[in-house]
Amino acid sequence: MTSQAETTAEGLGSAHTIPRRSVYVYEAPLRLWHWVNAACIVVLAVTGYLIASPPPSVMGQASDHFIMGDIRFVHFAAAYIFGIGFLGRIYWAIVGNEHARQIFYVPFWSRSYWGGVAHEIGWYLFLKKKPRVYVGHNPLAHLAMFFLYTVMAVFMIMTGGAMYAEGTGLGSWQDRVFGWFGALFGNPQNLHTWHHMGMWVIVIFVIIHVYVAIREDIMSRQSMVSTMISGERMFKDGGQ
Amino acid sequence: MPEPQETFYDVIRRQGITRRSFMKFCSLTAASMGLGPTFAARIAHAMETKPRIPVLWMHGLECTCCSESFIRSAHPLVKDVILSMISLDYDDTLMAAAGHQAEACLEETRRKYKGHYLLAVEGNPPLNEDGMYCITAGKPFVNTLREVAADAQAVIAWGTCASWGCVQAARPNPTQAVPIDKVIFDKPIVKVPGCPPIAEVMTAVITYLVTFGELPALDRQRRPKMFYSQRIHDKCYRRAHFDAGQFVESWDDEAAREGFCLYKMGCKGPTTYNACSTVRWNNGVSYPIQSGHPCLGCAEDDFWDKGSFYDRLTTIQPLGIEGTANEIGGYAAAGVGGAVVAHAAISAIKRARKSDDDDRKQD
Repeated sequence: MTSQAETTAEGLGSAHTIPRRSVYVYEAPLRLWHWVNAACIVVLAVTGYLIASPPPSVMGQASDHFIMGDIRFVHFAAAYIFGIGFLGRIYWAIVGNEHARQIFYVPFWSRSYWGGVAHEIGWYLFLKKKPRVYVGHNPLAHLAMFFLYTVMAVFMIMTGGAMYAEGTGLGSWQDRVFGWFGALFGNPQNLHTWHHMGMWVIVIFVIIHVYVAIREDIMSRQSMVSTMISGERMFKDGGQ
Repeated sequence: MPEPQETFYDVIRRQGITRRSFMKFCSLTAASMGLGPTFAARIAHAMETKPRIPVLWMHGLECTCCSESFIRSAHPLVKDVILSMISLDYDDTLMAAAGHQAEACLEETRRKYKGHYLLAVEGNPPLNEDGMYCITAGKPFVNTLREVAADAQAVIAWGTCASWGCVQAARPNPTQAVPIDKVIFDKPIVKVPGCPPIAEVMTAVITYLVTFGELPALDRQRRPKMFYSQRIHDKCYRRAHFDAGQFVESWDDEAAREGFCLYKMGCKGPTTYNACSTVRWNNGVSYPIQSGHPCLGCAEDDFWDKGSFYDRLTTIQPLGIEGTANEIGGYAAAGVGGAVVAHAAISAIKRARKSDDDDRKQD
């Protein structure tokens, strides 16, 4: 399914031309999802933090303000977009190209996969001189995407849905879909606390994700950041 | 052959209560349980035809606050419940008999009404040292509880002790106190948590059981939906201040005098299912938030082990470290952020050296 295009600079007549190959990796719906999702995560983290630790109190009549109401509304609206986006992302994993499926599974029984993970760990510990190049996520990134993003996204949707169901009430569709998961936590205080912890895990994921994307764009001689904009992964030293 | 039992109605009339008062009582009870007007007639019919249900009320590890609450019920009056609605055959705290006479009542009811009595449990059994931390009538409470529960029709778990474990089950729980559903497995259990539960909630649950002969609709944690399906926060009269962003920041500040939301003072209303904000206490006079104090979340599992009552973000103990989500998550994020900066610096140095080497090679 990967469309390939040879792009060379030879036609320009320069002495230092390197043939650069690019592969179409991320299709348009997936890229759109990525950036909408990224925006949702920022909004959700900021508003979620403020729900747990509200801004300073305001005086006057209650009817003059709606600060927590607005913060909660933005959080819930972003949560709906995040959740529906996740469903759309699952749909795209089914109908999209092979790279769209990568974050939903770990090739647990593949020996070469774990060899690749070990190599990547070596690369990040400065033990390996040369990075390997991959069309999709590298094996370590693949692992991180699965556990820190996909699993956490499901966890946040389930815990968040269960908390939302506390407001919509017993018997609401949110309660029927998510309520059983919330009940596993016993005291709802635990549910709130673990949802809050989940936010921090995702913050940590974002820190690593952004750092590694920029670093590998520079260090491993393949495009990363622009790939999520154009969809094309360019191999800067030519062949794969 | 058991002798024919008196119905509720027989007992009520024998006490000289008029039919008019009886009907008023039925309507009031229906209203207090949130049932429609037609249910008053059903309650009246049930009371006229059904025999009084014997109730055995047992006390394990507890502080008797459930009984203290129960005897203050206003709708219905606890006098009506005990003297008219149920036949409270055994309650070692409230009954006139004591010692061997009291235990004889327990035995007699168990034998006579096998499979037809209600068991109400206040407190819970400790399991450590074969149950030696709670002895009633010379026997470990856990043994008596198992025996009496075996012949019961249904079991009521009064309060947070019987429902969740409460203070005696708080870390490190030296007596290994457990909620009663860890000991009784084969009987329908209804949990009425709270430390103590609201008096009217207790009497209404009993009224429902004796009127309809079945448990009320229960939620996932086996609590009656009619009293435990909403959080304190959902019906709190200070909710408007929460939505507005008006919070008490410290005791006795202007916001506290204005009666603003106690969320920042650690109120557990948003995570506590109970009827305090609607039924209230002491015949509807007040409830903790109304008197200016945050909800402690006493009707919820494990509320003693959630750190300070006055913190909104409560502590968790992953891997033996204790801290709030913000402390643990914040330090972890800062650690990862620091590691990223260090890693980026090393990467940059390595890369600079490598390009120096490359330049030298080219020269």
